[in-house]
Amino acid sequence: MTDLVRMFRKSSSALFGLGLVAVMAVLALLAPWLAPRDPDVIDTARRLAPILTAGHPLGTDEFGRDLLSRLLYGARISLMVGLTATALAALVGSLCGLLAGFVGRWVDQVIMRSIDTLLAFPYFLLAVAIIAALGPGLVNGMVAVAVVNIPFYGRIVRATVLSVKQTDYVESARALGVSELRLALTHVLRNCLAPLIVAVTLNVGGMITALAGLSFLGLGVQPPTSDWGSMLSASRQYLNVAPHVAALPGMAIFLTVLGFNLLGDGLRDALDPRLR
Amino acid sequence: MAAVGGGGLPAYALRRLLLAVPVLFGVSVLVFAVLHLAPGDPAAIMLGAQATKEDVARLHRDLGLDQPLVIQYVRWMGHVLRGDLGRSIPLGRAVLPEVLLRFKATLVLTTGALLIAILLGLAAGIVSAVRQYTWLDRISMGVAVTGVSLPVFWTGIMLILLFALQLQWFPSSGMSSPYGSGVADVLWHLVLPAVTLGTASAAALARLTRSSVLEIIRQDYVRSARAKGLAERAVIARHVLKNSINPIITVLGLQVGFLLGGAILTETVFSWPGLGSMMVRAIQARDYPLVQGGVLLIATTFVLVNLVVDLLYAVFDPRIRYD
Repeated sequence: MTDLVRMFRKSSSALFGLGLVAVMAVLALLAPWLAPRDPDVIDTARRLAPILTAGHPLGTDEFGRDLLSRLLYGARISLMVGLTATALAALVGSLCGLLAGFVGRWVDQVIMRSIDTLLAFPYFLLAVAIIAALGPGLVNGMVAVAVVNIPFYGRIVRATVLSVKQTDYVESARALGVSELRLALTHVLRNCLAPLIVAVTLNVGGMITALAGLSFLGLGVQPPTSDWGSMLSASRQYLNVAPHVAALPGMAIFLTVLGFNLLGDGLRDALDPRLR
Repeated sequence: MAAVGGGGLPAYALRRLLLAVPVLFGVSVLVFAVLHLAPGDPAAIMLGAQATKEDVARLHRDLGLDQPLVIQYVRWMGHVLRGDLGRSIPLGRAVLPEVLLRFKATLVLTTGALLIAILLGLAAGIVSAVRQYTWLDRISMGVAVTGVSLPVFWTGIMLILLFALQLQWFPSSGMSSPYGSGVADVLWHLVLPAVTLGTASAAALARLTRSSVLEIIRQDYVRSARAKGLAERAVIARHVLKNSINPIITVLGLQVGFLLGGAILTETVFSWPGLGSMMVRAIQARDYPLVQGGVLLIATTFVLVNLVVDLLYAVFDPRIRYD
C-alpha cells in the first residue's frame, strides 16, 4: 500500500491516469442524472446540431439525439463491457495458468499448446473470427475479446507459479504437510496477485479499444444502444458537415484508454521491481 | 526444449518447421469450427430467408453437413490442401482467387505500415533507452503512450477529416483512382491508411524496444565495457544494440500480428480493398467459406512470419541453435 502512495506521489502521469479513470467512472455512474436528455429520443428537426446548441451542449447526431447524453451512456457501456471482458479473461486465463504451472505434465502440455494456437492468430483477427461464428452482438463481442486475452493471463500466471513453486518457503510448507490445493491457493496465488493487478490495468484499455473496434465494424454493440464505437461508425457519413459527431466519441475512447494505460504503467513500475 | 546437440542452422530450422505443424493444425481446427459453432443450420443461414427447403437440403448435402464432424474436418482439410477453399454463395465465385486478390492489397497496406512503424518506433525506442530519463526520453514516451491509446479507426477518420476533406492532399478512400494507374497512384492512396496503422504500431514498438534495450543496458558486460573506458558511443553500438537485435526482432514479429489484425479496421475506414474489409462484409452476409478462407490465409501468414522470426534469432545468436 505504501508502494502505491509513493508511486502516485512520484509519478504525475500515473496520478493523471488515475484521475482520468476516476472521472470516466463517475461520469458513467452518474449518467442518468448528468445526461440532459434521454439518449435514445429522436428529434429529426434538430439533426446534426453543432456544439453549444441551446439544450444540446455537445450538439446532436444524425437522428437529432443529444450527443452529450449518448456519450455519457456510452461511458457506461464501454466501462462495463471492458471491465467484464477483462475480468472474464483474467479469471479463465489465471485458472489455466495455475493448472498448467502447478499440475504440470500433460495438463501443462494441453493448456500451453491450446494457448499457442490462440496466439497463432493476430489478436484482432481472432476476435473477428469468433464473432463470425457466434454472430454479432454485445455479449458475443465480450466473449470474443475475453477469449483472445486468455493466453496473456495464462502465461503470466504460469510463469509466476513456476518460479514460486521452487522457492524455499513453498518447499517448507510442503514439508510441513500443507495440501497441494492449499499451497496453490495461498502461497502461489498470492504471489501472482501483483503481476495480475498490473496486467489487468494494462489490459483494460486494450479491451475497451477492441470492443469499440468490433462495434465500429458493426460486429459488437448494435444500434440504437449508445456506444462509442458504433457512434463513430455512423458519424462517418456526415464527416463533412458535422465533424464533431465523429471527433467526440473517439476522444472519449482515447481519454479512457489513456487513463488506464498511464495508471497501468505506474502500477507496473511500482509493483514489479524487475522493471524499475 | 529439444535435445542438446543441435546440428547447426539447418537442423534447427527443420525442428522449428516441425513445431509449426501442430500450431497450424490447431489453427485449421479453429477455422473449421467457425462454421460449426454458429447457432442454427449454417446452410439455412447462408442461403437466407428466401431459400426453399430443397435449396437448404441441397447445400446441406454439398457442404457435407450430414456427415460426422471428424469426417467433415478431414474432407474440408483435404480440399484446403488442394487449394480448394470452397465457393462464396453471395459472390458466386471460388473463394481462393478472391482471397488471394484481396490479400495482395492487405499486404501492400501492412508493408507500408510496417515500414513506418520500424522507422519511427525503433528509432524512438532506441533513443529513449539510450537517453533514459532525459527530456528526449520523456517526450518520445509521452507521444508513445498517447499513440498506443489512440483507437486506429478514430485516427483514420481524423486524418481523413484533416488531410482528405479539409486540405485535400490525399484521397479519402480506395487503393487507386478511377482513371489513374501505376505505383505512384497506389502510393498516393496508401499514405493515409499506412500512417494510421503504422503510427499505432510505431507507438507500441517504441515502448517495447525501449524496455528491451534498457534490459541489455543493465547487463554486467555493458558495465564492464564502460568500466574499461570504452567510449559511450562504442558501448552502445558494439555491446548494446548488437545484443538488442533479438528482443527487437521478437517485438517486430508481434507487431506483424497487430498490423494484420489492425488492417481489418483500417481497411474498413479507408475502403481499402483488402482481406479485412472483405471479411467484415462476409461476416455480415454470413458468407462462411469466404470468412474461413480469409482467416486461414492471415493466420497462416502470421505463423510463417513467426517461423521466420525464430529462424532470424538463430542467425543472429548462434547459441539458440543448440538449445
